[in-house]
Amino acid sequence: MQATAEHLIRQDRPATAGAARWWVWLAVLLTLPSLIPLLATAGALLRPDAEIIGHLWRYVLPQVAGNTFWLLLWVGAGTAVLGTALAALVSLCEFPGRRLFAWLLVLPLAMPGYVLAVAFIGLFDYSSPLAGWLRDGIGWQLPEIRSRAGLVAVLTLTLYPYVYLVAREAFASQGARAMEAARALGMGPWRAFWRASVPMARPWIAGGVLLVLMETLADFGAVSAFNYDTFATAIYKAWFGLFSTDTALQIAGVMLLVLLALVGMEVVTRRRQAFTAIGTAPAARRPLGRRGWWATAACSLVVLLALLLPLGQLGWYASGHLADHDTRYFASIRNALSLSAMAAALTTAAAFVIALAARERPGPLTTTTTRITTLGYGLPGSLLAIGLYVPVASFSTWVFERHGIELLLEGGLLLLLVAYGIRFLAVAHAPVSGGLLRIRPSLVEASRSMGVTGARQLCRVHWPLLRGSFATAALLVFVDTMKEMPITLMMRPFGWDTLATRVFELTSEGEYARAALPSLAIALVGLVPVIALTRRRGNAA
Amino acid sequence: MRKLLLPAAILFALSACSGQDTAPATGDAAAPSAGESADTGADGQGDGLVVYTSRNEQLVKPLFDRYTEETGVEITYMTDKAPPLMERLKAEGSRTPADVFITVDAGNLWQAANMDLLQPIESEVLEANIPDNLQDPENRWFGLSVRARTIIHNPERAPASELSTYEDLADPKWKGRLCLRTSGAVYNQSLVATMMATLGEEETERVVRGWVDNLAAAPMANDNAVIEAIASGRCDVGITNTYYLGRALKQDPELPVTVFWPNQAEGGRGVHVNVSGAGVVKHSDQPQAAQAFIEWLSGGTAQELFAGENLEYPANPEVPMAELIQAWGEYRQDLINVSQAGAMQAEAVKLMDRAGYR
Repeated sequence: MQATAEHLIRQDRPATAGAARWWVWLAVLLTLPSLIPLLATAGALLRPDAEIIGHLWRYVLPQVAGNTFWLLLWVGAGTAVLGTALAALVSLCEFPGRRLFAWLLVLPLAMPGYVLAVAFIGLFDYSSPLAGWLRDGIGWQLPEIRSRAGLVAVLTLTLYPYVYLVAREAFASQGARAMEAARALGMGPWRAFWRASVPMARPWIAGGVLLVLMETLADFGAVSAFNYDTFATAIYKAWFGLFSTDTALQIAGVMLLVLLALVGMEVVTRRRQAFTAIGTAPAARRPLGRRGWWATAACSLVVLLALLLPLGQLGWYASGHLADHDTRYFASIRNALSLSAMAAALTTAAAFVIALAARERPGPLTTTTTRITTLGYGLPGSLLAIGLYVPVASFSTWVFERHGIELLLEGGLLLLLVAYGIRFLAVAHAPVSGGLLRIRPSLVEASRSMGVTGARQLCRVHWPLLRGSFATAALLVFVDTMKEMPITLMMRPFGWDTLATRVFELTSEGEYARAALPSLAIALVGLVPVIALTRRRGNAA
Repeated sequence: MRKLLLPAAILFALSACSGQDTAPATGDAAAPSAGESADTGADGQGDGLVVYTSRNEQLVKPLFDRYTEETGVEITYMTDKAPPLMERLKAEGSRTPADVFITVDAGNLWQAANMDLLQPIESEVLEANIPDNLQDPENRWFGLSVRARTIIHNPERAPASELSTYEDLADPKWKGRLCLRTSGAVYNQSLVATMMATLGEEETERVVRGWVDNLAAAPMANDNAVIEAIASGRCDVGITNTYYLGRALKQDPELPVTVFWPNQAEGGRGVHVNVSGAGVVKHSDQPQAAQAFIEWLSGGTAQELFAGENLEYPANPEVPMAELIQAWGEYRQDLINVSQAGAMQAEAVKLMDRAGYR
């Protein structure tokens, strides 16, 4: 009997080890494109321009570093609190309108940060009709919107869904048992929430906040609307103002250090802990009674500020320029949809490979692949655009001039999709790796012992358990690609104009009101998959 | 998720279709003049011209269509900001599909020439149509429209008699009354750059510091916001390009904001002007056709469309300006060659950083 068991194990080990190695190699292969912009940055570090750096060091970087720090701190705290609180309300409590808000609260995801920033300034700035009316009517002066507080509000309202989505997933999937155990130990509902639910959801919340921080670091649209200088605006200053792409890449090197620090902090939060679900019984929601109306009011306020007001503002502006609407809009919408769908599918698949490799073969190699592939989300898209396009195109030119061979690497969809992947892999990786965390190793071992391995294991064990995470990942990448501007501008093939490139063309000449129509289209087209997905999942939960 | 896969697959298919849509378009472009060598169709390059431009599509598309109508030459174009387009041209090198580069701001044009992306063109037509100060001294680019960056004011709160020069806005009498766009705006960079060329670095820095001290509110993200701030009484004066005010007045003729032409006194240097312009890409494989297109852009039809549509001033002095802006009257330009703005731009940015102009 023992001999048979040993025999089984011996047979089993090499097979799984082989499969794992295969995943690791695939993950390493997927890491290679991400290395190109990183190497471009490293290369630039070897070519410092002492004069420009001296200038930036003295007059620009101190303020930029301080600004970036405070922005990351406040937006991180704001989204962590808002996202977690809203997620806890809709998944652990019962109040009027809960089912509606469960999916309504995801929708601000479709609203690009730069659009909300312009909308907020248009609504609340000194020269806005509202501010004028308050000033003349009741002598009340609105506080300055173009301030750090105003910017934090805007970024928090656009980015909290990243935390909300993953925290809701975590609260829903951790099951009722943990909470029940805490209550059985004599804790009140609040203490049980703090001592059991939140700690068990912590890696998800931290992962969501990390995404928010990366997006904040990379944001150019919203910060420049507020004239708030961060590392991202310093990059533009170096490139557009001082004509030095090398310096721009060097500043990106500094941003990479900030990013690594952020990632390091997130890693510390999940060290040596297990977060697998205990059973799958859904948590019973706690009725809030009369106090429930407060929850309704809070959720309504968020939806109003983050979604309805800006949509209304855009609609009002757009209504003045409906003549701009022509058949080319359909092409732009179709292009935006196809690019987003392709980017979502490919990036999610790549994220799964990288997360699975790291799970099957934890170690320095897979940790490195994960780190490298997820850094792109913290860098401004424009920088990735030059960091990828320029080396690839220069290489093709070199090959063509030397050997007369046309490589056709750029100018097609391939490079554009690769660039989206580099930029957004982190977004897909967070939910997918979070989902993998919930799968108990014993489950995988059990299936293996029953002879379910390889592709069959993926289909029968991983897929059913990860479906939700895949959907979340694909959704996030889809919406992010929809909103993306600089990479699309630089790398789209001829004829692949999208809604975002239309927004660019209009705003680049100061036609903000006319840019409302394509902006509204981005938000509305982005809303469709968000609604479809969240409603379905909401009903299933 | 399975339900999500189906649309994804459909979108894949769709995208494949639209990928094919663009190919025949370039094929058609090649059809009319089949005699010439057909180039690789995939990069959008046929016998038509390929334009890289940072200008608004709504603005340039009618021009391109008109040119195609008149000459049969198809035009394919790619929009992006000027600096990425330049990086793109540089990296593509001899393989670039682009023939013509069109952008705003003399600083960008200067930089494109400086990066050796444009080729000099000898053209009697362009020399005749475009004044000397609006073109590259080495003929690598030519201004096509003039954008005056001037003082705008609320005539009630800041009567014209109170105004004189850009430098005067640094005077303490304007404390808390001035609104400016950010120093990141390339038009402010070129204004300060030309001031440096005329006044010298020290004096310019003093002026810029004075402006910063006089600001009524933090610098604004765009010229529209400056106009709105003056209209709403937040400040009394500002500096913007005239066409932004033209557009605003088109929407609301009652706006209490108007133009003041500074530095017009005898010996004064005149109103700061910038240009939008074009050049032939160095590695264009049809430079004659590219040059012909730019020459056409400097002529009557195109100039009226080009400048009129966006309420800019035509670069060709023979072409009348749009009606709305005629009301602001004639002004004397700063005749310094606009390429100076490019040569000094980086220094101007540093100066504004030092002066605390954000």
